[in-house]
Amino acid sequence: MTESTPRRRRAPRQVFGYTLGTWVLVIFLIPTAILMLMPFVWMVSTSLKSAGAVFEYPPTFIPNPIRWDNYTRLFEVLPFARFFLNSLIVAGSVTILGVATSAMAAYAFARLRFPGRDALFLGYLGTLMIPAQVVIIPNFILLRTLGWIDTYQALILPAAFSAFGTFLLRQYFLTIPGELEDAAVVDGASHWQIFTRVILPLSGPALSALAIFTFLFNWNSFLYPLVVTNSTAMSTLTVGLNTLQGQYNTAWTLLMAGSVLALLPVLTVFLLAQRYFIKGITLTGIGGR
Amino acid sequence: MAVDVNRSSTRSAGRDRHKASRRRTTLTAYGFLLPNLLGFLAFTFLPVLAALLISFTNWDLLRPAQWVGLANYERLIGDTTFHRVLRNTFVYVLGTVPVQMALALLVAMALNQRIPGRLFFRAAYFMPVVASTVAVALVWRWIFHADFGLLNSALFMIGIDDPPSWLQSTRWALPAIIIMSIWQQIGFSMVLFLAGLQSVPPHLYEAAKIDGANGWHRFVHITIPMLSSTTFFVLVISVINSFQVFDQAFIMTEGGPANATNTLVFNIYRYAFQFFQMGYATAMAWVLFAIIFVVTVVQFRYQRQWVHYD
Repeated sequence: MTESTPRRRRAPRQVFGYTLGTWVLVIFLIPTAILMLMPFVWMVSTSLKSAGAVFEYPPTFIPNPIRWDNYTRLFEVLPFARFFLNSLIVAGSVTILGVATSAMAAYAFARLRFPGRDALFLGYLGTLMIPAQVVIIPNFILLRTLGWIDTYQALILPAAFSAFGTFLLRQYFLTIPGELEDAAVVDGASHWQIFTRVILPLSGPALSALAIFTFLFNWNSFLYPLVVTNSTAMSTLTVGLNTLQGQYNTAWTLLMAGSVLALLPVLTVFLLAQRYFIKGITLTGIGGR
Repeated sequence: MAVDVNRSSTRSAGRDRHKASRRRTTLTAYGFLLPNLLGFLAFTFLPVLAALLISFTNWDLLRPAQWVGLANYERLIGDTTFHRVLRNTFVYVLGTVPVQMALALLVAMALNQRIPGRLFFRAAYFMPVVASTVAVALVWRWIFHADFGLLNSALFMIGIDDPPSWLQSTRWALPAIIIMSIWQQIGFSMVLFLAGLQSVPPHLYEAAKIDGANGWHRFVHITIPMLSSTTFFVLVISVINSFQVFDQAFIMTEGGPANATNTLVFNIYRYAFQFFQMGYATAMAWVLFAIIFVVTVVQFRYQRQWVHYD
């Protein structure tokens, strides 16, 4: 009965395993995808051109001759290796500190009963909607008073303890069924053991999403490091790029080489681990600007 | 008697034990909480309170802060540059968010099909989201270059002899930044829309097809309502993020020409860290908060009229 559906729809004609409609869709998608990628292509292309070739009309995409020395010059005019290292130290430390302390705090909020819990959590929630720009001015004044301007602790500490991370992980921990821990409690496990051996291993997706986006956000962050540093030696990559733009305002080959360098690590990791980025966004809703 | 004493003492011993275990839990809890809580108090909570006070002062960080009451907020009301800044920011949000979301939905619907190269397309649309805004703002500054930029070269080639000078033009600089931002944000919304689309039960479409609904009807009567909670989420997040635009305005135009791209956060930055008017800049930051807060609350209030959760 079920096999013999009356008047079967004629199967659409297939071309290379897809319907004609699908290919029409693809033909529309290709130019838009090219438009999306164009700025990146143009960036790489310009970064490999000679200073004069940049101003040619009509513009060409394949540089001739290819000038790799734009990249070596970049490291001569500004300490780009140092910028790299600074960005790595800052984004790495903020991520480790942030995820670790948020996870611990989230465990307390999600699993323990203690006086002051709800009031404290409300305090965390209340600051979630306050934009970073409100806090940046008092933080700048605080760091200046402490004599911390232009130091790693200024770049790292104020960025590391986000209310958002704690909130996100608390929500996630609440979805983990309590029965798993009951068994551990019967066995006499301490809260620390439950946290490290039951909760954390079950929270992989949330922890990795938070880690990926904390790192990404801090690697790309600009306003905050711009405000709390003032020497070239303490600049992160984004601030270094801005310095480069200030000094070589129209040296497009250099500016583009710098941009390529700043993007390269993040884009490489993204292309290798696309799945985790996408999953992370849908899980947490972070990552947008 | 003895029995009584005995019993009451066991009871109180039990209560003591209970109390002791509660005290231990509290100690444990604060142990877990402390590292994060200290950082949160020092760098978020107390600064928020301090920011409230600072906005009622004049403070250039050289002389002691001076209490001026509501003077900073009153000054905002008459500050024509600030009015311009507010208008720019709203134009930016209204120009970026709806367009970006509509395009993202279209792309998500296309990518929700079984098509060749799906992963490639998704990566292409998403790449700008992970890219540093400073780096891509630099290349867009170059693309928008009035004389040698890629865009104007292309426009020239298709016969437009006097294309706009984009970032140098008071009229076109803000649209240029909006175009760049749309490009950068599509991928984020697309990913959320894709997830939303994948949770629409396919049998709804099949049923509609059997009832003879065409593609447009299925879109309007199934896709749109089934996606409404995703759309709402994307809208709220995009609006909040867009009100805080800074990097593009700083790198591409420095707020110019003639304040044409001066946005709220850029203006806050200028007053705080170039003019060192901490009080006035903080008052602006609170206005930013108030705008975001009100706009978000309004969106939540009106969601019931168009968002379906089920």
